Amino acid sequence: MSIFPAHRNHPIYWAFVLHRLSGLALALFLPVHLYVLSLAIGDGGKLDEFLDWTANPWVKAAEVTLVVLLALHMAGGLRVLALEFLPWRDNQKTLAAFAGATALGFGVLYLLNVV
Amino acid sequence: MSAMDEAAKTLQVDIWRGGAQGAFQSFTVPHEVSQTVLDVVTYVQRRLDPTLSYRFSCRVGMCGTCAMMVNGRPRWTCRTHVDRIADDGRIAIAPLRNFPVIKDLAVDMTAFFDKWRDAGARFQPRDGAADSFANVDPNSPARRAASDAIECIGCGICHAACDVVSWNPDYLGPAALNRVWTLVNDERDADPAAHLAPVAGDAGCHACHSQQGCAVHCPNSLSPTASIAGLKRQTLAALFRGQL
Repeated sequence: MSIFPAHRNHPIYWAFVLHRLSGLALALFLPVHLYVLSLAIGDGGKLDEFLDWTANPWVKAAEVTLVVLLALHMAGGLRVLALEFLPWRDNQKTLAAFAGATALGFGVLYLLNVV
Repeated sequence: MSAMDEAAKTLQVDIWRGGAQGAFQSFTVPHEVSQTVLDVVTYVQRRLDPTLSYRFSCRVGMCGTCAMMVNGRPRWTCRTHVDRIADDGRIAIAPLRNFPVIKDLAVDMTAFFDKWRDAGARFQPRDGAADSFANVDPNSPARRAASDAIECIGCGICHAACDVVSWNPDYLGPAALNRVWTLVNDERDADPAAHLAPVAGDAGCHACHSQQGCAVHCPNSLSPTASIAGLKRQTLAALFRGQL
Protein backbone atom coordinates (compact mmCIF):
# COMPACT_ATOMS: atom_id res chain seq x y z
CA MET A 1 0.00 0.00 0.00
CA SER A 2 1.22 3.48 -0.79
CA ILE A 3 2.30 5.73 2.10
CA PHE A 4 -0.26 8.23 0.88
CA PRO A 5 -3.43 6.32 0.14
CA ALA A 6 -6.50 8.37 -0.69
CA HIS A 7 -7.80 8.60 2.87
CA ARG A 8 -4.69 10.57 3.92
CA ASN A 9 -4.75 13.02 1.04
CA HIS A 10 -6.18 16.13 2.70
CA PRO A 11 -4.57 19.46 3.72
CA ILE A 12 -4.49 18.84 7.48
CA TYR A 13 -2.67 15.55 7.00
CA TRP A 14 -0.11 17.33 4.84
CA ALA A 15 0.28 19.95 7.56
CA PHE A 16 0.91 17.11 10.05
CA VAL A 17 3.51 15.49 7.78
CA LEU A 18 5.34 18.76 7.07
CA HIS A 19 5.44 19.58 10.79
CA ARG A 20 6.95 16.18 11.63
CA LEU A 21 9.40 16.08 8.72
CA SER A 22 10.62 19.62 9.42
CA GLY A 23 11.19 18.61 13.05
CA LEU A 24 13.13 15.54 11.97
CA ALA A 25 15.27 17.55 9.54
CA LEU A 26 16.02 20.15 12.23
CA ALA A 27 16.99 17.39 14.67
CA LEU A 28 19.46 16.07 12.10
CA PHE A 29 20.82 19.58 11.51
CA LEU A 30 21.31 20.38 15.19
CA PRO A 31 24.43 18.19 15.83
CA VAL A 32 26.13 19.75 12.78
CA HIS A 33 25.21 23.21 14.02
CA LEU A 34 26.63 22.50 17.49
CA TYR A 35 29.80 21.00 16.00
CA VAL A 36 30.45 24.16 13.96
CA LEU A 37 29.82 26.31 17.03
CA SER A 38 32.31 24.20 18.98
CA LEU A 39 34.99 25.07 16.41
CA ALA A 40 34.86 28.67 17.70
CA ILE A 41 36.37 27.41 20.93
CA GLY A 42 38.48 24.50 19.70
CA ASP A 43 39.81 25.43 16.27
CA GLY A 44 39.35 29.04 15.07
CA GLY A 45 41.24 28.45 11.84
CA LYS A 46 38.99 25.60 10.86
CA LEU A 47 35.94 27.73 11.68
CA ASP A 48 37.17 30.54 9.38
CA GLU A 49 37.76 27.98 6.66
CA PHE A 50 34.23 26.68 7.13
CA LEU A 51 32.72 30.18 7.09
CA ASP A 52 34.53 30.92 3.81
CA TRP A 53 33.04 27.75 2.38
CA THR A 54 29.51 28.87 3.33
CA ALA A 55 29.74 31.69 0.77
CA ASN A 56 29.04 28.93 -1.77
CA PRO A 57 25.58 29.58 -3.37
CA TRP A 58 24.52 25.98 -2.68
CA VAL A 59 25.08 26.56 1.02
CA LYS A 60 23.06 29.79 0.78
CA ALA A 61 20.22 27.82 -0.80
CA ALA A 62 20.48 25.27 2.00
CA GLU A 63 20.33 28.12 4.53
CA VAL A 64 17.08 29.39 2.99
CA THR A 65 15.69 25.85 3.16
CA LEU A 66 16.74 25.67 6.79
CA VAL A 67 14.97 28.94 7.59
CA VAL A 68 11.82 27.66 5.88
CA LEU A 69 12.05 24.41 7.89
CA LEU A 70 12.47 26.37 11.13
CA ALA A 71 9.54 28.64 10.33
CA LEU A 72 7.45 25.67 9.20
CA HIS A 73 8.10 23.84 12.45
CA MET A 74 7.37 26.95 14.52
CA ALA A 75 4.17 27.88 12.67
CA GLY A 76 3.05 24.24 12.56
CA GLY A 77 3.68 23.89 16.30
CA LEU A 78 1.76 27.09 17.07
CA ARG A 79 -1.10 25.74 14.93
CA VAL A 80 -1.23 22.52 16.97
CA LEU A 81 -1.05 24.43 20.26
CA ALA A 82 -3.85 26.73 19.09
CA LEU A 83 -6.14 23.90 18.05
CA GLU A 84 -5.54 21.97 21.25
CA PHE A 85 -5.56 24.77 23.84
CA LEU A 86 -7.69 27.59 22.41
CA PRO A 87 -11.44 27.37 21.82
CA TRP A 88 -12.14 25.27 18.73
CA ARG A 89 -12.33 26.97 15.35
CA ASP A 90 -13.89 25.32 12.32
CA ASN A 91 -11.48 26.95 9.84
CA GLN A 92 -8.73 24.37 10.36
CA LYS A 93 -7.67 24.30 6.71
CA THR A 94 -7.25 28.08 6.77
CA LEU A 95 -5.05 27.81 9.87
CA ALA A 96 -2.90 25.17 8.17
CA ALA A 97 -2.63 27.33 5.04
CA PHE A 98 -1.70 30.32 7.20
CA ALA A 99 1.06 28.29 8.91
CA GLY A 100 2.44 27.25 5.50
CA ALA A 101 2.28 30.81 4.17
CA THR A 102 4.06 32.10 7.27
CA ALA A 103 6.90 29.63 6.72
CA LEU A 104 7.27 30.58 3.06
CA GLY A 105 7.11 34.26 4.03
CA PHE A 106 10.07 33.84 6.36
CA GLY A 107 11.90 32.03 3.55
CA VAL A 108 11.27 34.86 1.10
CA LEU A 109 12.36 37.50 3.63
CA TYR A 110 15.57 35.57 4.31
CA LEU A 111 16.15 35.08 0.61
CA LEU A 112 15.80 38.82 -0.05
CA ASN A 113 18.29 39.54 2.67
CA VAL A 114 20.77 36.87 1.56
CA VAL A 115 20.87 37.43 -2.18
CA MET B 1 -24.93 0.68 -29.79
CA SER B 2 -21.19 1.27 -30.06
CA ALA B 3 -18.70 -0.38 -27.75
CA MET B 4 -17.96 3.05 -26.24
CA ASP B 5 -21.63 3.65 -25.34
CA GLU B 6 -21.79 0.18 -23.87
CA ALA B 7 -18.68 0.88 -21.72
CA ALA B 8 -20.25 4.13 -20.44
CA LYS B 9 -23.22 2.12 -19.21
CA THR B 10 -21.15 -0.34 -17.20
CA LEU B 11 -18.87 -0.09 -14.21
CA GLN B 12 -15.76 -2.13 -13.53
CA VAL B 13 -16.03 -2.98 -9.85
CA ASP B 14 -13.21 -4.57 -7.86
CA ILE B 15 -14.51 -6.07 -4.62
CA TRP B 16 -12.40 -7.51 -1.83
CA ARG B 17 -13.02 -11.23 -1.32
CA GLY B 18 -11.83 -13.34 1.58
CA GLY B 19 -10.64 -12.36 5.04
CA ALA B 20 -7.54 -10.42 6.04
CA GLN B 21 -5.71 -12.50 3.43
CA GLY B 22 -7.72 -12.15 0.27
CA ALA B 23 -7.78 -10.49 -3.11
CA PHE B 24 -9.90 -8.21 -5.24
CA GLN B 25 -12.36 -9.83 -7.64
CA SER B 26 -13.60 -7.88 -10.65
CA PHE B 27 -17.23 -7.59 -11.68
CA THR B 28 -18.97 -5.72 -14.49
CA VAL B 29 -22.07 -3.94 -13.24
CA PRO B 30 -24.64 -1.90 -15.21
CA HIS B 31 -24.31 1.86 -14.55
CA GLU B 32 -27.64 3.37 -13.51
CA VAL B 33 -28.85 6.89 -12.83
CA SER B 34 -28.56 7.93 -9.14
CA GLN B 35 -26.86 4.61 -8.37
CA THR B 36 -25.16 4.32 -4.99
CA VAL B 37 -22.15 2.19 -4.11
CA LEU B 38 -24.46 0.08 -1.95
CA ASP B 39 -26.66 -0.47 -5.02
CA VAL B 40 -23.58 -1.76 -6.84
CA VAL B 41 -22.65 -4.19 -4.04
CA THR B 42 -26.27 -5.36 -3.80
CA TYR B 43 -26.40 -5.94 -7.58
CA VAL B 44 -23.24 -8.07 -7.39
CA GLN B 45 -24.62 -10.16 -4.52
CA ARG B 46 -28.09 -10.64 -6.00
CA ARG B 47 -27.20 -11.08 -9.66
CA LEU B 48 -23.57 -12.15 -9.96
CA ASP B 49 -22.29 -13.87 -6.84
CA PRO B 50 -24.65 -14.69 -3.94
CA THR B 51 -21.70 -15.70 -1.73
CA LEU B 52 -20.60 -12.04 -1.38
CA SER B 53 -20.86 -10.94 2.26
CA TYR B 54 -21.57 -7.35 3.26
CA ARG B 55 -23.66 -5.48 5.79
CA PHE B 56 -26.37 -2.85 5.47
CA SER B 57 -29.65 -2.00 7.08
CA CYS B 58 -31.48 1.31 6.62
CA ARG B 59 -30.11 2.41 3.21
CA VAL B 60 -30.76 6.08 4.09
CA GLY B 61 -27.71 7.13 6.12
CA MET B 62 -29.12 6.59 9.59
CA CYS B 63 -27.99 3.19 10.86
CA GLY B 64 -24.25 3.37 10.16
CA THR B 65 -23.84 -0.26 9.08
CA CYS B 66 -22.81 -0.02 5.41
CA ALA B 67 -19.46 1.78 5.68
CA MET B 68 -16.70 0.46 3.41
CA MET B 69 -13.47 1.66 1.79
CA VAL B 70 -14.42 3.02 -1.62
CA ASN B 71 -11.51 3.89 -3.92
CA GLY B 72 -9.31 4.08 -0.82
CA ARG B 73 -11.56 6.32 1.30
CA PRO B 74 -13.93 5.27 4.06
CA ARG B 75 -17.51 6.12 3.02
CA TRP B 76 -21.14 5.36 3.85
CA THR B 77 -21.99 3.41 0.74
CA CYS B 78 -25.75 3.99 0.88
CA ARG B 79 -25.31 7.76 0.47
CA THR B 80 -22.32 7.68 -1.88
CA HIS B 81 -23.33 8.15 -5.49
CA VAL B 82 -21.30 6.23 -8.03
CA ASP B 83 -21.13 9.26 -10.33
CA ARG B 84 -19.30 11.22 -7.65
CA ILE B 85 -16.55 8.71 -6.96
CA ALA B 86 -16.10 6.40 -9.98
CA ASP B 87 -12.58 6.77 -11.32
CA ASP B 88 -12.99 6.47 -15.08
CA GLY B 89 -15.77 3.92 -14.59
CA ARG B 90 -13.82 1.92 -11.99
CA ILE B 91 -14.64 1.44 -8.34
CA ALA B 92 -12.62 -0.49 -5.76
CA ILE B 93 -14.61 -1.56 -2.73
CA ALA B 94 -12.83 -2.99 0.32
CA PRO B 95 -13.72 -3.69 3.95
CA LEU B 96 -13.26 -0.84 6.43
CA ARG B 97 -9.64 -0.18 7.38
CA ASN B 98 -8.60 -0.78 11.01
CA PHE B 99 -11.28 -3.42 11.56
CA PRO B 100 -10.79 -7.21 11.53
CA VAL B 101 -12.34 -8.62 8.35
CA ILE B 102 -14.91 -11.37 8.89
CA LYS B 103 -15.46 -12.09 5.21
CA ASP B 104 -15.45 -9.99 2.04
CA LEU B 105 -16.89 -6.58 3.00
CA ALA B 106 -18.20 -7.51 6.46
CA VAL B 107 -15.99 -6.42 9.35
CA ASP B 108 -16.05 -7.24 13.05
CA MET B 109 -17.23 -4.17 15.00
CA THR B 110 -16.81 -5.81 18.45
CA ALA B 111 -13.52 -4.18 19.42
CA PHE B 112 -14.78 -0.82 18.11
CA PHE B 113 -17.81 -0.82 20.43
CA ASP B 114 -15.81 -2.33 23.31
CA LYS B 115 -13.78 0.87 23.16
CA TRP B 116 -16.94 2.92 23.73
CA ARG B 117 -17.47 0.85 26.90
CA ASP B 118 -13.80 1.20 27.96
CA ALA B 119 -14.00 4.97 27.43
CA GLY B 120 -16.94 5.14 29.83
CA ALA B 121 -19.11 6.47 27.03
CA ARG B 122 -22.35 5.64 28.85
CA PHE B 123 -24.89 8.10 30.20
CA GLN B 124 -25.34 7.84 33.98
CA PRO B 125 -28.57 9.50 35.12
CA ARG B 126 -28.72 11.49 38.35
CA ASP B 127 -30.62 10.14 41.33
CA GLY B 128 -34.20 11.26 41.04
CA ALA B 129 -33.80 12.11 37.36
CA ALA B 130 -36.97 10.16 36.61
CA ASP B 131 -38.96 12.47 38.88
CA SER B 132 -38.15 15.75 37.16
CA PHE B 133 -37.13 16.95 33.74
CA ALA B 134 -33.69 18.50 33.44
CA ASN B 135 -33.99 22.11 32.41
CA VAL B 136 -31.32 22.34 29.69
CA ASP B 137 -30.75 25.74 28.11
CA PRO B 138 -30.32 24.99 24.38
CA ASN B 139 -27.99 27.97 24.03
CA SER B 140 -25.66 27.16 26.91
CA PRO B 141 -22.02 26.58 25.83
CA ALA B 142 -22.12 22.98 27.14
CA ARG B 143 -25.32 22.12 25.29
CA ARG B 144 -23.97 23.67 22.09
CA ALA B 145 -20.73 21.65 22.42
CA ALA B 146 -22.77 18.47 22.93
CA SER B 147 -25.04 19.32 19.99
CA ASP B 148 -22.05 19.72 17.68
CA ALA B 149 -20.98 16.14 18.43
CA ILE B 150 -24.25 14.32 19.07
CA GLU B 151 -25.26 13.16 15.59
CA CYS B 152 -22.84 10.21 15.45
CA ILE B 153 -24.36 7.11 13.83
CA GLY B 154 -21.54 4.78 14.94
CA CYS B 155 -20.55 3.86 11.38
CA GLY B 156 -16.84 3.47 12.18
CA ILE B 157 -15.68 5.67 9.29
CA CYS B 158 -13.66 7.94 11.61
CA HIS B 159 -12.07 4.84 13.16
CA ALA B 160 -11.11 3.63 9.68
CA ALA B 161 -9.68 7.04 8.72
CA CYS B 162 -7.53 7.38 11.85
CA ASP B 163 -3.82 6.61 11.67
CA VAL B 164 -3.44 6.59 15.45
CA VAL B 165 -5.93 3.69 15.61
CA SER B 166 -3.72 1.75 13.20
CA TRP B 167 -0.54 2.65 15.12
CA ASN B 168 -1.90 1.96 18.62
CA PRO B 169 -4.48 -0.83 18.87
CA ASP B 170 -5.37 0.31 22.41
CA TYR B 171 -6.28 3.86 21.31
CA LEU B 172 -9.92 4.46 22.17
CA GLY B 173 -10.49 6.12 18.82
CA PRO B 174 -12.36 9.18 17.58
CA ALA B 175 -15.90 7.78 17.81
CA ALA B 176 -15.70 6.70 21.47
CA LEU B 177 -13.94 9.92 22.49
CA ASN B 178 -16.48 12.01 20.60
CA ARG B 179 -19.27 10.25 22.52
CA VAL B 180 -17.51 10.92 25.85
CA TRP B 181 -17.29 14.62 24.96
CA THR B 182 -21.09 14.77 24.62
CA LEU B 183 -21.42 13.28 28.13
CA VAL B 184 -18.86 15.65 29.67
CA ASN B 185 -21.14 18.41 28.38
CA ASP B 186 -24.39 16.74 29.48
CA GLU B 187 -25.71 18.44 32.60
CA ARG B 188 -28.25 15.62 33.07
CA ASP B 189 -25.38 13.18 33.69
CA ALA B 190 -24.80 12.22 37.34
CA ASP B 191 -21.14 13.28 37.20
CA PRO B 192 -19.95 14.69 33.87
CA ALA B 193 -16.42 15.25 35.24
CA ALA B 194 -16.15 11.53 36.06
CA HIS B 195 -16.08 10.84 32.32
CA LEU B 196 -12.64 12.47 32.07
CA ALA B 197 -10.56 9.89 33.97
CA PRO B 198 -11.16 6.94 31.57
CA VAL B 199 -10.03 9.04 28.59
CA ALA B 200 -7.02 10.73 30.24
CA GLY B 201 -4.59 7.79 29.90
CA ASP B 202 -2.06 6.82 27.22
CA ALA B 203 -4.74 5.35 24.97
CA GLY B 204 -7.12 8.26 25.50
CA CYS B 205 -7.58 11.74 24.08
CA HIS B 206 -3.92 12.76 24.42
CA ALA B 207 -2.87 10.05 21.94
CA CYS B 208 -4.65 11.96 19.16
CA HIS B 209 -2.28 13.62 16.67
CA SER B 210 -4.95 15.99 15.34
CA GLN B 211 -4.55 14.78 11.76
CA GLN B 212 -8.31 15.30 11.42
CA GLY B 213 -8.94 12.44 9.01
CA CYS B 214 -11.95 11.65 11.22
CA ALA B 215 -13.46 15.07 10.55
CA VAL B 216 -12.60 15.02 6.85
CA HIS B 217 -14.34 11.69 6.27
CA CYS B 218 -17.22 11.82 8.79
CA PRO B 219 -20.37 11.44 6.68
CA ASN B 220 -22.35 13.53 9.17
CA SER B 221 -19.79 16.36 9.08
CA LEU B 222 -18.92 15.99 12.75
CA SER B 223 -15.45 16.85 13.99
CA PRO B 224 -14.25 14.24 16.48
CA THR B 225 -10.96 16.17 16.53
CA ALA B 226 -12.84 19.16 17.98
CA SER B 227 -14.36 16.89 20.64
CA ILE B 228 -10.98 15.34 21.43
CA ALA B 229 -9.39 18.80 21.66
CA GLY B 230 -12.11 19.68 24.17
CA LEU B 231 -11.30 16.56 26.18
CA LYS B 232 -7.60 17.47 26.10
CA ARG B 233 -8.36 20.91 27.56
CA GLN B 234 -10.75 19.58 30.18
CA THR B 235 -8.46 16.73 31.31
CA LEU B 236 -5.57 19.18 31.62
CA ALA B 237 -7.74 21.57 33.68
CA ALA B 238 -8.87 18.64 35.85
CA LEU B 239 -5.23 17.64 36.37
CA PHE B 240 -4.34 21.16 37.55
CA ARG B 241 -7.34 21.11 39.89
CA GLY B 242 -6.06 17.83 41.36
CA GLN B 243 -9.06 15.87 40.10
CA LEU B 244 -7.10 13.39 38.00
